[in-house]
Amino acid sequence: MSITVKFFARLREQVGQAETSLNDVSDVQSAWNQATQNMSMPDNTLCAINMQYVSSDAPVKDGDEVAFFPPVTGGCYAQ
Amino acid sequence: MPSEIHSAPFDPWQATQQYQKSQLEPGKYGATASFVGTMRDFNQGDNVTSMTLEHYPGMTESYLDKICEEAKQRWDLIDCLIIHRVGEIHPDDPIVLTVVWSAHRKEAFEACRYLMEELKSRAPFWKKEGLEEGHRWVDKNTPG
Repeated sequence: MSITVKFFARLREQVGQAETSLNDVSDVQSAWNQATQNMSMPDNTLCAINMQYVSSDAPVKDGDEVAFFPPVTGGCYAQ
Repeated sequence: MPSEIHSAPFDPWQATQQYQKSQLEPGKYGATASFVGTMRDFNQGDNVTSMTLEHYPGMTESYLDKICEEAKQRWDLIDCLIIHRVGEIHPDDPIVLTVVWSAHRKEAFEACRYLMEELKSRAPFWKKEGLEEGHRWVDKNTPG
């Protein structure tokens, strides 16, 4: 089994890596735990599998791309 | 495609005109509603000198297209266009453009607002502000 894990924006800086590969993962939460050496996941973290939003208990299968990122702030200026 | 990510500055008015001329059939649309978001030089009481816009290549484009498709299902539209900047931008640079073409104004106004609100809450973009001293991530959007 091989999955890719990606981190974006503030989470990438907090975790200290943009991307990693894992071999034995059951769900999104376990991918986070392994990739971050059990850092606690911030409450507002968004998760995606293969570029679709999922919850942190979603199952992961071989070849999946799992992504973690903070709340999105697109569009014109925030605040 | 109805959505584009630009890593270089773009002119929203030129882009609108260009898209309209190349994609729209003359005489069929009676309403064009557009919104342009432009970078300010202040936020939360601080001067902001630059901003870096990050996205998730692949997922961002897919969600922008999805939002356009949803708008077309919800209203009777002829076409819509979204252009969003990424990379480093500066005050007065356009950040985002949403345009909707329809036969009548009601659909165009409503769908244009819908595109912006959905984009802000669902499309994976993140902003990091460059301040006079250091940087900070922008955590949330305004209610609109």
